[in-house]
Amino acid sequence: MTDLHLWLIPLVPFAGFLVNGLLGRKAPKPVVSAVALIGALIPMLQVSALVWNYHALTLPHVETLGAWIAAGAFHADFSFLLDQLTLVMLCVVTGVGFLIHVYSVGYMAEEEGYWRFFAYMNLFLFFMLTLVLAENFLLMFVGWEGVGLASYLLIGFYYTKDSAANAGKKAFIVNRIGDVGFLLAMFLLIAHFGTLSFGQVFAKIAADPTLQGGVLTVIALFLVLGATGKSAQIPLYVWLPDAMEGPTPVSALIHAATMVTAGVYMIARTHVIFDRSPLALSVVAIIGCATAFFAATIGMAQTDIKRVLAYSTVSQLGYMFLGCGVAAYTAGIFHLVTHAFFKALLFLAAGSVIHALSGEQDMRVMGGLRKKIPVTFWTMTAAVFAISGFPPLAGFVSKDEILYQAFVSSNPAGKILWAVGLFTAGLTSFYMFRLWYLTFFRESRLEQAHVHDREDHGAAVHARKDSKITVEAEHHAHPVHESPGVMLIPLMILALLSVIGGWMGWPEGLGGSNWFAHWLNPIFATGASASPAGSKSLELALASISTLIAVLGWFIAHLMYFAKPELPARLAHQVRAIYALVKNKYWVDEIYGALIVTPVLFIARYVLAALIDRGVIDGGSLAVGYSAQGFGALVARIQSGNIRSYAGWLALFAALLLAASYFGWTAHFWVR
Amino acid sequence: MVPIAYYLVLSAILFSIGVAAFLIKRNIITVFMSIELMLNAVNLTFVAFTRHWSQVTGHLQVNGQIFVFFVMVVAAAEAAVGLAIIIAVFRARNTLSVDQIDLMKR
Repeated sequence: MTDLHLWLIPLVPFAGFLVNGLLGRKAPKPVVSAVALIGALIPMLQVSALVWNYHALTLPHVETLGAWIAAGAFHADFSFLLDQLTLVMLCVVTGVGFLIHVYSVGYMAEEEGYWRFFAYMNLFLFFMLTLVLAENFLLMFVGWEGVGLASYLLIGFYYTKDSAANAGKKAFIVNRIGDVGFLLAMFLLIAHFGTLSFGQVFAKIAADPTLQGGVLTVIALFLVLGATGKSAQIPLYVWLPDAMEGPTPVSALIHAATMVTAGVYMIARTHVIFDRSPLALSVVAIIGCATAFFAATIGMAQTDIKRVLAYSTVSQLGYMFLGCGVAAYTAGIFHLVTHAFFKALLFLAAGSVIHALSGEQDMRVMGGLRKKIPVTFWTMTAAVFAISGFPPLAGFVSKDEILYQAFVSSNPAGKILWAVGLFTAGLTSFYMFRLWYLTFFRESRLEQAHVHDREDHGAAVHARKDSKITVEAEHHAHPVHESPGVMLIPLMILALLSVIGGWMGWPEGLGGSNWFAHWLNPIFATGASASPAGSKSLELALASISTLIAVLGWFIAHLMYFAKPELPARLAHQVRAIYALVKNKYWVDEIYGALIVTPVLFIARYVLAALIDRGVIDGGSLAVGYSAQGFGALVARIQSGNIRSYAGWLALFAALLLAASYFGWTAHFWVR
Repeated sequence: MVPIAYYLVLSAILFSIGVAAFLIKRNIITVFMSIELMLNAVNLTFVAFTRHWSQVTGHLQVNGQIFVFFVMVVAAAEAAVGLAIIIAVFRARNTLSVDQIDLMKR
């Protein structure tokens, strides 16, 4: 197995993008779906083959396709890297990606622009696989920007809807802020190491044990800035909740399972740099912990089913950051994998609910769906229990690993991080069960809501609907219906993975072998990431505590949303200041709007556009034009059409010339 | 033997009269005549220099006289074409004043 043809993995989806993007408009839907599915299936099969032949591989394996940029001593190649970490990411991206492609065939079946959707999805896979496979920072950056582009295109898929178009722009612009950090980090790497190749940079750092902190901290912090943009962490998380304007499979694939984890992957990939900078690691841990907590609190008060999941995603990404920040990269990546399973499942199941209700997304008008859409209910239940951290499901194993690592880490704030993380786990459990109860239990509130909507002349309906099938929802043509099999099968596979997916990393403290951590050992064993000593009893105790917390969250949710449904309103009234704060997402959007967006728009509009562009640049070029015109008008007056005036000028200048030559000026005048 | 300066001064006077007439006169035929006057002033200079130069070098120099023939030919052609134009202009506009023939202004 010397020739792995890694280049095929990203290029097959790209071919799918080209075919669907260029020819898809005219093609019938089955052809479009077939092209897109093949574009997602072949990479998955190839990755499966790699996994199958794992023992025949010599990792890490670098495949160089050719030179890309060569400038003096610096050069960057088209080169792909395959190691254990890449393989994990490849499995997640291609596996979950393919399942979501299958699901989309059912979900998007009645949409306009079906071909466009699948072309973008394949484009996303191309860029994501490039990001994951890249062997240098620059190629990774290409993928990094490319997934941002695909994300923008898919968030704005319903581009006729103002909010969707704006959400796309917001995501794109906020990500640019992070990308500045990534770029600056690359510039510093070139300046200090003269290369962007992962292997060479890490080898140079490894060869110099005196290199601690300093420039590495700066590089690491810039990388963190990039990661916070892509992975929706404080302070750049604001784009992700708005990104829910995209179709639900997009939310599942891009804004839950794969793209948003790119920041975590990037930190894990460059862990050699972070290992040398405790400060940067602490920053990562604190950002992660704070994000996990704040996003979870916001998630508790949201009413749009997809927004709850969006804040939940931000919160879970915070856990991954926390894991990386306490140098437990394995735990972070492990949570990335399990999160990809259960969060993709949550989104797809939510999509199935929305599909069943013909476009309804507001949890307040759901309810009682347990019997009507049983498959969706049961798969969703698996995901809810997994994310809430119930043993032995996937979320429990990975989240507990992160909390355990935070607790035993050498970070002086480790215990605080653990406590906040633990409390957040309770919040997670609460808001997930809140969603579960509101959606599936008690009686349906759909009818009364629609009656109410009609009284409002349907205005509220429009405000709330995904543009999906709005018309049908208004006429209420479809009764509540279970989704087609093509959507349910991916749900079931993901539900299975959400249940058993964590077992590959079952911690040794709880009687497992933690195969996952051992498998990733070749990547992370170097440096500070070797896990500090803990004891089995401690791990067992911490696991018990977090399980108890999860049960507590469930219990409170049960009380508030099942047993006593009038309780939430009363409680919200009692703590209305806090409730308003959380419900309005801490007014972060408004604060950003006032502090950043408004001044920037002001400068753009009145300084750059009005003063610089229209004043200096337009004014300058107009001045040149007008002055030439004015001078021309002046000179044109000589051309009077009057022969005698011509003759006069002629005579005058002839006389001057004669005088000049007579007084001997000519020689001086012309020769000099 | 008349010195060359006399010829040149006479030529200059004739030329200046021609220029002045060209500038002052409004009647296009008079203007035309002043052009002829300037040409002939130049012709006078040519023949004067021819003679002067022949004397200085000791053998006959005809360059200037040949130029004069050219000038005469051109002047004759110009007169033919010019007068035809004048007639055409007069027929069209019923005037011969150059101040009123200014269609070529910008």
